[in-house]
Amino acid sequence: MNQKEFITIINPFKDKVFRMAKRLLVSTEEAEDATQEVMVKLWTKSDRLNDLRSVEAMAMTMTKNYCLDQLKSKRASNLKIVHSNYTDREASLQQKVEDRDSMNWVEKIINDLPEQQKLIIQMRDIEQYEFEEIAKIMDMNETAIRVALSRARKTIREFMTNTHNYGIG
Amino acid sequence: MELDRIEKLLEQYFDGETSIAEENELKVYFSSSNVAQHLKQYKPIFGFFSQENKQQFKATIPLQAKKRNVVAWLSIAATIVVLFGIATFMYTNTTEKPKQLSDLGTYDNPEEALAATKKALTLVSQKINVGIGGINYINEYEHSKNKIFKK
Repeated sequence: MNQKEFITIINPFKDKVFRMAKRLLVSTEEAEDATQEVMVKLWTKSDRLNDLRSVEAMAMTMTKNYCLDQLKSKRASNLKIVHSNYTDREASLQQKVEDRDSMNWVEKIINDLPEQQKLIIQMRDIEQYEFEEIAKIMDMNETAIRVALSRARKTIREFMTNTHNYGIG
Repeated sequence: MELDRIEKLLEQYFDGETSIAEENELKVYFSSSNVAQHLKQYKPIFGFFSQENKQQFKATIPLQAKKRNVVAWLSIAATIVVLFGIATFMYTNTTEKPKQLSDLGTYDNPEEALAATKKALTLVSQKINVGIGGINYINEYEHSKNKIFKK
């Protein structure tokens, strides 16, 4: 497999890998590093990629594991990944300030969720994977995925209702 | 789209029982401008989800792995060539020496061998005697030394 073929294989999902890494690692730079790492790992395995049923699912699993390892090692050495991407919201700059504020709230709530729920929300609500695919990537059964997803969505709802009713969170 | 349906979908949504199509329906509804007043609090949630999957990965992917492989193979090949070179060099050197020794020949008849050995040994002793003759004058020093330092 040459580079061109490889690029055409990874192009459809490299953004998804990046967004998932960013969901977990928050910092854009860290997420880019993680994406590069995963892609290079895939590239070294590129001879065997054709045998796989879903390269995308494998890439997502690798990303998940890589990011969780990364978080674990950062925590162990008492370091925190600091993100400096505060001006990342170009799309929402054109929207109303109020809208942007509450969307930032949603992001904050998601960032406070446990990692497993974060991943599931990311894959289901943002990337729109089917439960079957998520189950494969997370190595869990579909019922457990649904339960975790429902829990995460309800947590978000609870926070948003509070914010809505009282004005502040 | 009727409000009843949206409310029902929302309920299913929070129980994790909606399909992708239904979730998209919700996203479309909440991105429209006429969201019912009592559902307004959900607007940012779906707005956030729709906005988040527009982020793109802009960095380049450094695909150097294959090249590193080539270098590895090259070094392995070079090592083998060098080792092979050393091995052949050693092999030719060690095999040639016994060949030269065997070229010296040997005697089958013991008498002949004895004669030849005697001849060789006399030759050696003659040479040694010549050497010793040359050394004899050293005794002269001893002689004169004893003259001066009389005991």
